Amino acid sequence: MAKIVVDPITRIEGHLRIEAEIDNGRITDAWSSSTMFRGIEKILQGRDPRDAWFWTQRFCGVCTTVHSIASIRAVEDALRIKIPPNAQLIRNIIIGIQNVQDHVIHFYHLHALDWVDVTSALKADPAGTSALAASLSDWPNNSPTYFKSVQDRLKAFVASGRLGPFANAYWGHPAYKLPPEANLMATAHYLEALEWQKDVIRIHAILGSKNPHPQTFLVGGMSIPIDPDSQNALNADKLMEIKRLLKKAQDFVEKVYIPDLLAVASFYKEWAAIGGGVGNFLCYGEFPDAAGNQWLPQGAILGKDISQVLPVDQKKVAEYVDHSWFEYKNGPEKGLHPWDGESEARYSGPKPPYEYLDTDKKYSWVKAPRYDEKAMEVGPLARVLVAYASGHKEAKAAVDMVLNKLGVGPEALFSTLGRTGARGIDCLLVARQTPKWLDELIANIAKGDYRIHANEKWDPGEWPAEASGYGWHEAPRGALGHWIKIRDQKILNYQAVVPSTWNASPRDARGQRGPYEAALIGTPVADPAKPLEILRTVHSFDPCLACAVHVVDTAGNEVIRVKVS
Amino acid sequence: MKFCSAMTAAMALPVTFAPKVAQALDEVKRPPLVWLEFQDCAGDTEALLRSANPTVGEIVLDILSVDYHETIMAAAGHQAEAALEKTIADYRGKYLCVVEGSIPMRDGGVYGCVGGKSHLERARQVCGGALATIAVGTCASFGGIPAAVPNPTGAVGVKEAVPGATVINLPGCPVNADNLTATVVHYLVFGKIPALDGHGRPLFAYGKRIHDNCERRPHFDAGQYVEQWGDDGHRKGFCLYRMGCKGPATFHNCPTQRYNDKTSWPVGSGHGCAGCSEPAFWDTMGPLYKRLPHVPGFGIEQTADKIGIGLAAGAATAFAVHGALNAIRRDKEPSDENREG
Repeated sequence: MAKIVVDPITRIEGHLRIEAEIDNGRITDAWSSSTMFRGIEKILQGRDPRDAWFWTQRFCGVCTTVHSIASIRAVEDALRIKIPPNAQLIRNIIIGIQNVQDHVIHFYHLHALDWVDVTSALKADPAGTSALAASLSDWPNNSPTYFKSVQDRLKAFVASGRLGPFANAYWGHPAYKLPPEANLMATAHYLEALEWQKDVIRIHAILGSKNPHPQTFLVGGMSIPIDPDSQNALNADKLMEIKRLLKKAQDFVEKVYIPDLLAVASFYKEWAAIGGGVGNFLCYGEFPDAAGNQWLPQGAILGKDISQVLPVDQKKVAEYVDHSWFEYKNGPEKGLHPWDGESEARYSGPKPPYEYLDTDKKYSWVKAPRYDEKAMEVGPLARVLVAYASGHKEAKAAVDMVLNKLGVGPEALFSTLGRTGARGIDCLLVARQTPKWLDELIANIAKGDYRIHANEKWDPGEWPAEASGYGWHEAPRGALGHWIKIRDQKILNYQAVVPSTWNASPRDARGQRGPYEAALIGTPVADPAKPLEILRTVHSFDPCLACAVHVVDTAGNEVIRVKVS
Repeated sequence: MKFCSAMTAAMALPVTFAPKVAQALDEVKRPPLVWLEFQDCAGDTEALLRSANPTVGEIVLDILSVDYHETIMAAAGHQAEAALEKTIADYRGKYLCVVEGSIPMRDGGVYGCVGGKSHLERARQVCGGALATIAVGTCASFGGIPAAVPNPTGAVGVKEAVPGATVINLPGCPVNADNLTATVVHYLVFGKIPALDGHGRPLFAYGKRIHDNCERRPHFDAGQYVEQWGDDGHRKGFCLYRMGCKGPATFHNCPTQRYNDKTSWPVGSGHGCAGCSEPAFWDTMGPLYKRLPHVPGFGIEQTADKIGIGLAAGAATAFAVHGALNAIRRDKEPSDENREG
């Protein structure tokens, strides 16, 4: 038996380390550790709740809008603020394009190199690549000349002897299975997607000043004014530019991403039986309309049983620190609900530099959140499963299309490949839906409704002395919740339980593994010195670690009664 | 040439410099660059991915040799570490280092490790041997959000963690990628790092206040202010000072350089400037929607250092209840030792 360490896990956000035991070419046990901590929630205490979105947005520069949304929803929930329909629609458009852009970046730039051997693309016949691409879609960049130009650029790059970010990878690994022509197609689209993403995300700049870290959110609405007769507000010119970019986003997803995903997946179908994980899924639901109804439903699925979608109850969320570098006042055995979270950073790991962590003790800066005592997977797979099992029309059609094309059944979704496929399905659904919210916004403006902000509770003098609330959001990586307690117009307590906290969680009080850890068990590893297969399964979750690590300290503070059910 | 013209503009040079930029880029064959991430959120990496002139594809394939960057590199684990070791050994004193994120100093650096090594150890090893280190974003420049009161991990910027290194600060949350590429090109064209202000920031990007170049400045001068979100003045583009804009106390080229291929910037989308490129802005500029107490009237007559001291004094009062003055006091001290060029 060999214990191997992969640190840093690259092509993710944040600092993640995986230790794994391998026996007879398969992983028998695994430990997921985050090795960086900042303590932002502690820093938040005592500050203005209206500022919280700006601070929490910095939990993660990849999840650039998502913490703003969850934070603002938490404060609005606490203060009972109802935002105008235009603000709801603008937020939906921002969330929608974030989801689409983020998934495409993940597929091509963070995940694809686990499946695509770039060096093999040098041997491809560009005419063959052209024929392959043309058989998949009518994307304009499908000519032999185009693929030849990409290949020539690659050849010149390799000939320079300076491979930059492509040096030292697992090129030539026996687990790579794509023919050279498919590798060239995927590599060309890697470069195209880089160009595409920086363009379509300009929607965030138009609506929110810049990306990453847009700066247009407000408790109570948005700060981007609407006025068709002003050059300093959202006018027809800007709305049409957003429309064009949304069309561009949808085209790329339909004609490049989804065809590539299906083409690559068809060579790796054995991965539909690897990487299943904990089998429990949690989704908070997303995209509210003016009445608060969600377009994607919320729900929980337990034990891979998609015949039943359970309702979600925020009271059932609790975090454990038995294997995390924190301490609880009354001992670690009992999990704490986010409103009552009381934790203090206490590092007890080995002194750096170190070779191995004490994985039988505490070994991560990530806490272990559990739902009704169970480890849950969150993310596109959870979102798609809950929608599919709830009978969501568009979701069902998209899932059936993908399963039919690959010739596999729904059970294939519970896997590394299923997770990667669900991300594509999620992206496709949202890419098709987001233009509809823009049309609704335009229709509202045409009726003369320019409202973007609910002003009546902007002044903290209008607030109750004490308030608490929570805000939920389906981020690209899954169920995100922010919980806040406010006292005397200041933040008393703040807690975020983020997607990667659920997925990267270490073991809990009962020794239950987190989703990464559980999914790695049984994964084949052909060469322990080049554990490409570990990257495949871990990357299928799209780890995003900076926001997964946080601390809140309520030591000495009395518990406030929960006012929101 | 489009890129070269954009770069000359970013560096505030006359357009006639564009051919010189092009020539300099031809002569230098992809200088090696390593990008380290410490207590970061990858926001500066994301900004790099959005860069338009040049695009990140051009930077990686044609302009620089990005030998180490955890978020984009193909290798992982010990193979990734080996790539870093090779570059810093083969190009000692010649490679550029970019740092994203602050460095935790407390408790032996246990709050940040990669490959089992503390961020501090890595910073000393890599930044110490670099030709120059570019601290991108406010965290790497000044400690940023982890260093805000009460700074639980003892976070500091690169210059404070590795005092001997040559550091250029490009604060902002996140960095404007155009300012990063302009800094690199400045070096390639002129053979020296740009002139810096007292906070280690290049004058070409941080030499003037937001307020001095703001498109809404005429409304400030005319006394026309937004009073409520979505009001008539807000829709007409009036000044955001009363809504908490920190532009009068912030040195940055956002109004002229803008973001995402020059699409917009915070004030352009109706929200005040947060002051994110100033040292300790998290504590000195907050709350976000509280108006600045004293805004000087007309003209470009204030220096970064004068304004910084005024703000720190205000913040010291605000945070006295936290008993956390040390962080503020430290940031009041001018850091002139890194002034160059």
